[in-house]
Amino acid sequence: MNVRDVAHLARIHLTDEEATEYQSQLDQILQYVEQLSQIDVDGIEATAHAEDIFDVIREDAAIATHQLSQEDVLANAPETAHDQIKMPKVVE
Amino acid sequence: MNAAELTITQLRDAYSQGDLTPADALQSLANAIDEKDGDIGGYLSYDLDRALADAESVDMSKPLGGIPIAIKDLINAEGHPCAAASKILHGKYISPYDATVVRKLRDAGAIPFGRANMDEFAMGSSNENSGIKPCRNPHDTDRIPGGSSGGSAAVVAANTSIAALGTDTGGSIRQPASLCGVVGVKPTYGRVSRYGLIAFASSLDQCGPLTKTVEDAALVLQMIAGPCERDSTCLDESVPEYTAAIGKNIKGLKVGLPKEYFAEGLDPAVKGKVEDALKTLESLGAETVEISLPNTEHAVATYYIIATAEASANLARFDGVRYGHRSAEADDLLGVYELSRDEGFGAEVKRRILLGTYVLSSGYYDAYYLRAQKVRTLIRKDFTEAFEQVDVIASPVSPTPAFKIGEKSSDPLAMYLADIYTISANLAGICGISVPCGTVNEGGSDLPVGLQLLGKPLGESDLFRTAHAFEQA
Repeated sequence: MNVRDVAHLARIHLTDEEATEYQSQLDQILQYVEQLSQIDVDGIEATAHAEDIFDVIREDAAIATHQLSQEDVLANAPETAHDQIKMPKVVE
Repeated sequence: MNAAELTITQLRDAYSQGDLTPADALQSLANAIDEKDGDIGGYLSYDLDRALADAESVDMSKPLGGIPIAIKDLINAEGHPCAAASKILHGKYISPYDATVVRKLRDAGAIPFGRANMDEFAMGSSNENSGIKPCRNPHDTDRIPGGSSGGSAAVVAANTSIAALGTDTGGSIRQPASLCGVVGVKPTYGRVSRYGLIAFASSLDQCGPLTKTVEDAALVLQMIAGPCERDSTCLDESVPEYTAAIGKNIKGLKVGLPKEYFAEGLDPAVKGKVEDALKTLESLGAETVEISLPNTEHAVATYYIIATAEASANLARFDGVRYGHRSAEADDLLGVYELSRDEGFGAEVKRRILLGTYVLSSGYYDAYYLRAQKVRTLIRKDFTEAFEQVDVIASPVSPTPAFKIGEKSSDPLAMYLADIYTISANLAGICGISVPCGTVNEGGSDLPVGLQLLGKPLGESDLFRTAHAFEQA
């Protein structure tokens, strides 16, 4: 693995020092988990979840007590303008 | 009477006899925190005025009427800060709503009081990864309290809380409970709603109590368990009367001892304490039998692929856009993401996001993530087969007592390997409890050791019955 490529995918900026440190630590961890390639998993189903429940559905309707006001939502935003979250310009 | 030193049941009695009021209890806790927590660091903050205001409208006839409960910092409680001990949220986020577990605690009369310290985003086994400040073991402040719910365990052990909520993704309730000498329960996956909890690994996370007694743990779990319309992974199963299991005998109970959990790597002094505990269970009428969980050796590798993969997806939401830290250095969109996440996340969180991103990335998914999910099936099958022979499984919680702060922090893999006895329960989705079983002396300190009991899916009553019988013996 190349830690710089992965960091870009994860949208994390790394300093050179961090990149060197993580590269060696992650290589060591990957070497350890390599043991799983030795296990015979032919015909074994994957477990995504420890319980066998699927397709939990509810009525597709808003529930009044589960709503936050615009004010509540914006209260935690780092920058706001005109009752919206402000971001740097995306399209030049 | 110092309310801070009481258990839930004792405090309830003191209330009903008119010896104390919730305001007295909150004031005692605040005094105890001010006196002791500077050395321990179990709390990130507490808000006495808010709690006193809550106390005024509390229904004292409810099961937890007027009982203050410390809340791990990744559980939302309306009006309280919630930061998962991360710089990316700390000082920048006030919960606009209650997690279901907090709502349920309030409905039961409890008062959320204090934000318990933890490893950042619950990633760690020592609390050294808290992004805010270290937390120390009350039994020896040079040592770690365990993690990730280290603050929750430390404040219960230090008598700076009555009880606490924690979360357990790979042992994060049971291991700190063991190292701090308190009771900790990881419920069956789906037993307790995860709505309003900051997610780490969604197929593994569960919320549960840390308390001074087994009975208190049963009481709290009784109140927070049950179906939740806002968490589709929460089981639609009614909650049994856990407190009814308290005081029942364990004659004829079959206790399985996984041979892989008593093998190489287990500290001899810890092993001795656990073996003493097993003799006690036998003297109470339980029958112990050796069992095998053959895929144990693969559990750590499986866990660290699945947990980091899920974490990399869950933590994508911390991008500097809608809430939390936004870098002042960023001048374009990519910069907002990359710099905010670099400045906001600590080293272990970055390491796990990177690992998780890699194992999910194109070309590697089948070799790592999908394969780990298949091995997870094998690990789960080990437990299904074991529970055909036994009622509960007993083992150590952690291979060693609490180690010294800094002792393992430079070697992430060594730290991961110490989770060997706890992570399989999360992979299998079963329930577990840690109950104190004595202390071992190391470097002049008496350090607690916990006995782990694992139960079948939804077998929490078996755990409470067994742990309580042991605790009272």
